[in-house]
Amino acid sequence: MGIIKHRTFFFALTGAILVLAIGSIAWFGLPLGIDFTGGSLVEVSYTAQRPTLTILNKRVSAIPLGEIQLQNAGAHDIILRSRTLTPDEHIAVLSALSLKDAKATELSFTSVGPSLGSELARKALIALAVVVLTIVLYIAWAFRKVSKPVSSWVYGTIVVVILFHDILIPTGFFVLWAHITGAQAGSLFAVALMTILGYSVNDTIVIFDRVREHLAHDQKSTTHEEFSQLVGKAINETMGRSINTSLTVALVLIALAIFGSPATFNFALVLLVGVIAGTYSSILLAAPLLVPVSRYFTKKHKK
Amino acid sequence: MNRYRTAAGVILLAIAALGWFVWATRSPGAPYAFKLGLDLAGGTELVYKADMSETPASERSGALAALRGVIDRRVNLFGVAEPLVQTEHSSAVAAAQEYRLIVDLPGVTNVKAAVTALGKTPTLNFRLATTTTAKNATSSQVAFLPTGLTGRYLSGASLQFGSTQSNALGAPEVLLKFDSKGAKLFEQITSKHVGQRLAIFLDGQPISTPVIQEAIPGGTAVISGHFNVKQARDLVQNLNFGALPVPISLESSSSVGPTLGAAAIHDGIIAGIIGFALVVFFMLLWYRLPGLVATTALFGYLALVLSIMKIIPITLTASGIAGLILSFGMAVDANVLIFERIKEELREGKGAREATHIGFARAWPAIRDGHVTMLISSVVLFWLGTSIVQGFAFTFALGVLASLVSAVFVSRILLLALLPEGNEGIWRYLTSCGFHLRVPLSDKN
Repeated sequence: MGIIKHRTFFFALTGAILVLAIGSIAWFGLPLGIDFTGGSLVEVSYTAQRPTLTILNKRVSAIPLGEIQLQNAGAHDIILRSRTLTPDEHIAVLSALSLKDAKATELSFTSVGPSLGSELARKALIALAVVVLTIVLYIAWAFRKVSKPVSSWVYGTIVVVILFHDILIPTGFFVLWAHITGAQAGSLFAVALMTILGYSVNDTIVIFDRVREHLAHDQKSTTHEEFSQLVGKAINETMGRSINTSLTVALVLIALAIFGSPATFNFALVLLVGVIAGTYSSILLAAPLLVPVSRYFTKKHKK
Repeated sequence: MNRYRTAAGVILLAIAALGWFVWATRSPGAPYAFKLGLDLAGGTELVYKADMSETPASERSGALAALRGVIDRRVNLFGVAEPLVQTEHSSAVAAAQEYRLIVDLPGVTNVKAAVTALGKTPTLNFRLATTTTAKNATSSQVAFLPTGLTGRYLSGASLQFGSTQSNALGAPEVLLKFDSKGAKLFEQITSKHVGQRLAIFLDGQPISTPVIQEAIPGGTAVISGHFNVKQARDLVQNLNFGALPVPISLESSSSVGPTLGAAAIHDGIIAGIIGFALVVFFMLLWYRLPGLVATTALFGYLALVLSIMKIIPITLTASGIAGLILSFGMAVDANVLIFERIKEELREGKGAREATHIGFARAWPAIRDGHVTMLISSVVLFWLGTSIVQGFAFTFALGVLASLVSAVFVSRILLLALLPEGNEGIWRYLTSCGFHLRVPLSDKN
């Protein structure tokens, strides 16, 4: 029952973390990758000693490309970001990156036109919005039989509130991480957010399902229990499952982060933060939120 | 009991068969080997934008299909194993409707060479020259109006040497042959506009602007520009490989070197195996016998998903693997949900089999709602998303369905086949979980 009793403390705690996340997003801003903004990214690897960034910067700056950004990656690699390159400019950049005593081999080259990039960003946002909307509708429908003391729409809405929390926390984390490492949010970041979205919804549903079950049971029995007690019971009963599931997923993600390809490292990290946020928000936030909302509804009802 | 044992036997055999299928076809050259996306196998993807500004709306999809055909021939000429040419409309939500052509070239990492090889394809169209005199100007301007006759209606081109009076004898000319539709169109245009000039535009430049003397039936036309023999021969060759119905421009390109892709696969497999082993280890330690059942069910889940991916086949990409990992998490979660419910029933002092029946029934609504919301999201993502998101959504949806089968069907039957009616002795230990040696009964008993 502890969580329900001290729910104000947990609301304040999650609120503080949320403010921190939103603050860092607002302060630093999410660095969007070329997938969304358009531009080119060249990734090269050196077998011998990697030349310093100053040398390379000087060489590449000889080509009129406007602003470029050079960055070390891994132990032997270098990443170059610029505006969208033409095939000829691409060749010129490659030869500028290759020194006599340090030949560069190209690992990957990505070039996205600006219009395609902005369309991708718009598509991702709209897809996210439609997913959220359909989830509210489905939950409202799936919980249609439980209307007391809160209407089924409340369950759907809380799921979405939690969902925003679970997406903002890893985004805020990524913004800080990107600020330190110079990472950028590409398509994989969008995929990570969608994955977190899935976990978050599933986690919240499991707890709400318990509340639903207890409510149905409570309606049949003659002795009625306090709603906050029902919710507390549901939280305690599902806690083991929530933690165990998150633990197994976290195990997979940790394996992916440590042993997986460097390309998916940031992806695994963002997911890991998202899964942790999703777990505590479903236990400490989702079901406890039902209690004040139900108070509000019963008060309104009495008037 | 016997019914469940038979069913369990069949399921185990099926899992073994699927597992064997996945294992036996693991090498890249084998039939039903995984189809790897460019980000994993290495290769180049080019995205072209088709300029449809001069194509009437009703003909756009036709023109796009024709464009695809031409580029397809070009790509095959380029000598790539298993190239893929796709067309894409920008989605309904986009600001402006765009038509795109996506060319996948596995194994090609030289973007420049690929672009040059594809870009050589000329754009050919015929335009009518109309002289318009502006009111306040003394000079007249010539405007070239598209006629709808484009390289799309070309059936072939050949080189010939000047034979007409207007052309110097022996100068190289290019003879164009239209297909039946093009021939009709050409006859119509020439009969309607006798006396006007019909300009032949190649790659946006007028190369020849002959005056129409009379209606030309038969579907042939001659371009007699100022060619030398080599230029004329190149043009003929390019036209024969296909003239583009609409101009295209390179919008985006990406190439992944073979080392990066191979490393991604290698690391991905290692991470996958270690992750799976950790999950299995945890499940066995925490849930004991049900954990063993879950492990079997998860093996079945993996074998099923991978087999389907091989048979359809679904191209495996980095984002697809992410979808697979997420749905794997869902599959584990479904099992955990069920076992926690069974544990609660056992605490009430129920027999193992009864507890299993009730536990599954109780866990079902949560599993159902969770999986249905996941399916809804993946359908929306597939519908609205870009190709990388679609790759994620598709494998995820597939994994969610397989997870339902694995948890609700496989785990259930295996548990019911194994567990006794009661829950005494060694069974108490095997069905307990966590740090307890055996299930503590609740206070009520």
